[in-house]
Amino acid sequence: MSSALSPVAGARWADRRTRTLAGLGVALALVAAVVVAGTLAAGPAQVTDLAARHRPPSLDHPFGTDRYGRDLLLRTLVGLRLSLLVGALAALLSGAIALLLALLATAGGRVAAAVVDWLVDLFLALPHLVLLILVAFALGGGTDAVVLAVGLTHWPRLTRVLVSVGRETTAAEYVAVSRALGHGRLHVARRHLAPHLVPHLSVGVVLMFPHAILHEAALSFLGLGVDPGEPAVGVLLADSMRSLSAGHWWLAVLPGLGLLLVVKLVDRVGEDLRLLLDPRSAHL
Amino acid sequence: MGLLSRDRGRLRTAGLRAVRLVSLLVAVAAGCFALMAGSPVDPVEAYVGADTAAIGSEQRAQIEERWGLDEPPLERFGVWAGHVVTGDLGTSQVFGQPVTEVIADRFAASLSLLALAWLLSGVLGFTLGLLAGATRGRLLDRVLTWWAYTLASAPTFWVGLLLLYVFSVSLQWTPVCCAAPLGTLPGEVSLLDRVHHLVLPALTLSVVGISPVLLHTRQATLEVLASDHVAFARAQGERLPGLLLHRVARNAAGPALMLQFASVGELLGGSVLAEQVFTYPGLGEATTTAALRQDVPLLLGIALTTALVVFVGNALGDLAHRVAVPRTREVAA
Repeated sequence: MSSALSPVAGARWADRRTRTLAGLGVALALVAAVVVAGTLAAGPAQVTDLAARHRPPSLDHPFGTDRYGRDLLLRTLVGLRLSLLVGALAALLSGAIALLLALLATAGGRVAAAVVDWLVDLFLALPHLVLLILVAFALGGGTDAVVLAVGLTHWPRLTRVLVSVGRETTAAEYVAVSRALGHGRLHVARRHLAPHLVPHLSVGVVLMFPHAILHEAALSFLGLGVDPGEPAVGVLLADSMRSLSAGHWWLAVLPGLGLLLVVKLVDRVGEDLRLLLDPRSAHL
Repeated sequence: MGLLSRDRGRLRTAGLRAVRLVSLLVAVAAGCFALMAGSPVDPVEAYVGADTAAIGSEQRAQIEERWGLDEPPLERFGVWAGHVVTGDLGTSQVFGQPVTEVIADRFAASLSLLALAWLLSGVLGFTLGLLAGATRGRLLDRVLTWWAYTLASAPTFWVGLLLLYVFSVSLQWTPVCCAAPLGTLPGEVSLLDRVHHLVLPALTLSVVGISPVLLHTRQATLEVLASDHVAFARAQGERLPGLLLHRVARNAAGPALMLQFASVGELLGGSVLAEQVFTYPGLGEATTTAALRQDVPLLLGIALTTALVVFVGNALGDLAHRVAVPRTREVAA
């Protein structure tokens, strides 16, 4: 029965896997393209042309120009690169914190577990944006402060996931056998826990990325994040509010659309990774 | 005998929860205070503002002494916490009023906005989630699911800007800013005016909460529709609308309600952005102002208030879940 079915199922899975891999490749290539284009555009994005102020989108300027005649497409690309950078740094920082705390909670005994649980609750006690504002304020603002603020506040949910995975793993019988054979906590953590945590961690970090990007943009939009002179997407959108009533719609619509697309791309990368690393979740 | 021990168990869980809640609140207060004390903002400079150069070091020392800034942080925290417990949060430097008054005023303004957005996102999310689940795999389901995922990746303030441009600038159906027409006294604003100014910010804010409720309700609907009791009802001749109304809605309501109450924190965070876009004079806008103009007492007060609101939201969520899903009552005991 199973031998009759498996070739078909196998073929379908291979097909789906290839498709997922292809989608992942395309999404990654696009993200890389945005980063490269943003790096190249850093200089030209600051070039002003007062003769071409507030031009609507055209072939010369696909996204139009702002109040100093600067090309909005270039500025958006620079901003998206910054978003991706901040997102990456913050997601890695939060991922590291989450892993550390999860290991502590699973390998460190009951008191450690209770403390980690309490810490997670503590960081979820304030609305996330209010917490971000407080941390960014305490760090004095600027790009570094935003990276730190976003990176230091995104770990609670991932920690919860990792802790529950860790608990499930350490409760398994083979871990009990391993313990009975005299292996210490370090051995269990490295040989049994890590292989289960790593897939969840990598997927969690990538899926944290969009949140981090959106929170960076929100802080910059409020004027509490990236230096207002720098073309971050949040700053561009905050600027656009000045001339929205004059009908300059492209200043508001297009950078936001760019951000939405980048967020969806990164989200796609995360979902594809999840499908590849944890095929069972595809059926949920 | 058994009843007694169960009661004691319940009392124990309730006690533990209360201890946990209080410990978290104290930790939030201490954490916020530490953040503010550690910030590079000099309270004296923030207070004096542009006249920093005009005051000498002697005057400065006087102010510092009067405010107790020369004392160790732990002692300052003790004094501050003592005031907080008695309901005194200090004076806001930006508004020149007691912090409690500013927060009460602003929160009252935000409350209608938050409530409308909360209702909108809950009702819309639940209804659309039921619809998507009922039409699984068909065009409507795919459109709704795609829409929910896209909304989840869209920045709130950008959605607000789009709505502002379309409805206020292009169509001119709604006002561009504020909570009331410019130039009217607070007492003269009619209810219609208020609602008119509220619609767009509330719509923007509800966007934050729609997608999780929609997606969870869709999932719950799929699960319930696949269950045995629905198959039985189908066999008895119940049609889809009846099934949704009598069998699915109640089962899907529990998780949706819990999610909706747990989203109060997200909603508060979103209100900071929505109020900034529409210059709506609520608590969110006050948060931004306090942070930008370095009004530490107000910022601390807002942090404590929002933490309290989140706690209440979560507690209500648990309660609503228990009411909607009787099974969990037994488990909890």
